Amino acid sequence: MDYTATQSGFRQRKLQPNMRLRTSLVDGSEGSQLFEDTSGAASGPQTGYSNQQAGPQAAGFPGQSILSDPMSNLAMAYGSSLASQGREMVDKNLDRFIPISKLKYYFAVDTVYVGKKLGLLVFPYMHENWEVSYQQDTPVAPRFDVNAPDLYIPAMGFITYILVAGLALGTQNKFSPELLGVQASSAFVWLIMEVLAVLLSLYLVTVNTDLTTIDLLAFSGYKYVGMIVGVVAGLLFGRPAYYLSLLWCCVAIFVFMIRTLRLKLLSEAAAEGRLVRGAKNQLRMYLTMSIAAAQPIFMYWLTYHLIR
Amino acid sequence: MELKSFYMAFTLYSLIQTAILCTNAIAVLHEERFLSKFGWGVDHGVGGFGDDPGIKAQILTLIRSVRTVMRVPLIIVNSACIVLLLLFG
Repeated sequence: MDYTATQSGFRQRKLQPNMRLRTSLVDGSEGSQLFEDTSGAASGPQTGYSNQQAGPQAAGFPGQSILSDPMSNLAMAYGSSLASQGREMVDKNLDRFIPISKLKYYFAVDTVYVGKKLGLLVFPYMHENWEVSYQQDTPVAPRFDVNAPDLYIPAMGFITYILVAGLALGTQNKFSPELLGVQASSAFVWLIMEVLAVLLSLYLVTVNTDLTTIDLLAFSGYKYVGMIVGVVAGLLFGRPAYYLSLLWCCVAIFVFMIRTLRLKLLSEAAAEGRLVRGAKNQLRMYLTMSIAAAQPIFMYWLTYHLIR
Repeated sequence: MELKSFYMAFTLYSLIQTAILCTNAIAVLHEERFLSKFGWGVDHGVGGFGDDPGIKAQILTLIRSVRTVMRVPLIIVNSACIVLLLLFG
């Protein structure tokens, strides 16, 4: 068999896929049939096992005639090097448009943070310290600070909102798969418009703040949590429950946004609660209020057609 | 299968259309013939170099920068839009 020759050569590179293969094989015959190539499955799972054990470096191909040819070995090596080169190029170019490393910061969350943040979104009244802690000029990752914005909750909230909207539309007998796409794109469009409007107003009022666009995206995405709570309550318990829970979540998001944005947008003195006169601070206060007030409006606008 | 009411039928394409229309609207505001009549000309904008330019100066700067930056891309995008609308309705 040719495999003895190729085993040592390929052992280093193919070690990772082999571990995956072995664990999938341990799952039983159903697992191996899920991951095996169907071209060799005609001989049954028995020979599939022996094939895998005889040639573990086959990388998932039970048809061993593919690898016995040295030309195809060369082709595979060339193809994999080409793929890695292409991947490097894509990574490098993608990093120019979408800052991937900055995005990774927003997804550095853990379960405790998510739990605390969700609780804060629904009940922000007991929390006292809203400052984001810094660590040598860079903000601390969300894992270590409840007040830091993240993108995990907004992303999950958005997806859950679309699914719950599909469910709600199904109870009204209005569901079709295209509607999911329509809902998703329209909610996304509203989100983008809101972020652009906030960016424009921040530019016009010349606020010197360290709020980035992604921060604003995160803050705008937090309202999906309240929307989901409202819609689920409406589905379970009827319209009065929907209105009550939506009202609660609207007030909670309003307070949350004001307390979070106050520290970022207003000057030091005004943020501490002391009344500071002056047109500039008043304008910034109006700006904070309007950003916070836009959240309940959107929450109602995007969900009321779901509960009829 | 009925579609939703009109406000919900926002797609990403309509967002692109809105963006193109708004940028066109900002780009056609002419300095001499129009904005100066309102006291929004070039000479009115660049005034205070203090720490607070004020809203009017910011808007004027925004209009001027949109006109300068987006002039050529708008030509390209508008031509593409015209051709596509002629071909596909």
